[in-house]
Amino acid sequence: MDKNFLNDFPILRSRMNGHPLAYLDNSATTQKPESVVRSICGYYGGCNANPHRGVYELSLKSTKIYEDARRKVARFVNAKSTQEIIFTKNATESLNLIAYSYGLTNLRGGDEILITIAEHHSNLVPWQRVAKATGATLNYIYLTADGNLSAEDIDKKLTRRTKILAITHISNVLGIVNDVKTLAAKAHEVGAVIVVDGSQSVPHIPVDVQDIDADFLAFSGHKMLSPMGVGVLYGKKEILDAMPPFLSGGDMIEYVEEQTTSYAELPQKFEAGTQNVGGAAGLSAAISYLQGVGFETIERIEHELTTYAIDELKRLPYVELYGCETANKIGIVSFNVKDVHPHDVATILDAAGVAIRAGHHCAQPLIKYLGQNATCRASFYLYNTRRDVERLIETLQTVRSVMHLA
Amino acid sequence: MLENIYTELIAEHSQAKDNRRHLEHATITERGHNPSCGDDITLELEVADGVIKDAAFNGAGCAISRASTDMMIELMRGKTLDEARRLAELFIGMIKGEVTDDTELEELDEAAALKNISTMPARVKCATLAWHTLDTAVKTLDGGDHA
Repeated sequence: MDKNFLNDFPILRSRMNGHPLAYLDNSATTQKPESVVRSICGYYGGCNANPHRGVYELSLKSTKIYEDARRKVARFVNAKSTQEIIFTKNATESLNLIAYSYGLTNLRGGDEILITIAEHHSNLVPWQRVAKATGATLNYIYLTADGNLSAEDIDKKLTRRTKILAITHISNVLGIVNDVKTLAAKAHEVGAVIVVDGSQSVPHIPVDVQDIDADFLAFSGHKMLSPMGVGVLYGKKEILDAMPPFLSGGDMIEYVEEQTTSYAELPQKFEAGTQNVGGAAGLSAAISYLQGVGFETIERIEHELTTYAIDELKRLPYVELYGCETANKIGIVSFNVKDVHPHDVATILDAAGVAIRAGHHCAQPLIKYLGQNATCRASFYLYNTRRDVERLIETLQTVRSVMHLA
Repeated sequence: MLENIYTELIAEHSQAKDNRRHLEHATITERGHNPSCGDDITLELEVADGVIKDAAFNGAGCAISRASTDMMIELMRGKTLDEARRLAELFIGMIKGEVTDDTELEELDEAAALKNISTMPARVKCATLAWHTLDTAVKTLDGGDHA
């Protein structure tokens, strides 16, 4: 029997519209355990000062907390050095940093950027802008009927002209896992760099940047129990070293003259301005919590819930599922109720205390590719229970009658 | 809560087909879109002598946006452009919770049934999509008249 995680997450004992909260929107953001909330309170309550600059004890304390968090993240994703870990606001900022600093500098007309149709807008729109600005072409890998990447498309489109392969590790709509290790090897064969969007993978499965041989990895803290406003960019040191700064200003400089500036070493080169130290403390506590539970346990819980949810949803003749005919997936179930718009489904579930996401999930090209305008999405994390899934199913059974369709 | 939203009347209007068509002689075609949820409608108006002779729409949306669009079209047929803008303003005021007086809202006819949406912030955009779209279309037409 698993530990009762609910005790660690006070918010999960709260009520929504008079019902116990069944929180099934974990791909959007996760709830925070008490240990994380305590770490943030502890930082602001006893250690707050601007890091890196002060000579006094409190500032040194703040610096230590911030740099300890960086060490923790580096070990967590198995980076070779803490210089390869840049703190950002979230995965979106990390991906923008890569697009503008690496993309704009290294791409020319005739070059190609390759992404998949299943990208979140944050790993799509920046590349559109880079393509426009540099004259490069943006190409897409499409999916097979079961939602996996088309191997044929990969082989056809990943060529010597490809300079950047930017790909999500796990789709935020379908939950399908991409084999980024194999893709990294293929990208390197043609001389491209691989950018891995780890927003949906790092919180749920062990991710080892050296094993994958990723050139870049981006992820958000808030999707893995940490506070909002702190994210991570991992980049190989030799690549980051060669890149120009993204944001400039305080803390990222070495010497500033009237007309010229030399920049700080990594990782400070990419961390302009006062950073989110409280957020980094929270992220560090979140990693400790996840390591305490263990990814084996997390994966097992999510797998059980996903399988159970898909089995039960398949019994409902008026529910259509997307990307659920493959075993290669985790934690995310996208579906529609026949003749009912996802927004109406989400409102009816909300009235029963069940929180899901409805809409295009920041992946409009994918939703269009699936032939839909929007979908419902239930996504699980370690603290979800079978009861949450039962309540999702029970309430879905009422949707068509509430809508006067049955 | 739900029975005040998904009423028989809303269900009927959300499923109604009469106004979901293409106008042969549309004076103006306006697209309305809620990027956050994917509701996407195209509203067509046929206007002559400053009066809306006919209106119709196509597109995809939730029950609330579809019902709201349908009721709006029924209300607008035969109205002058000035009346149309005033009624759109009144409706949006009702959904924002700024106009609550039922006598005042009688002018909205069946669309007044969407008043309860004002208590559901997550669905306000669904209810007002068509009305904002209409307002934009009429503004464009007005601009054309004065130009």
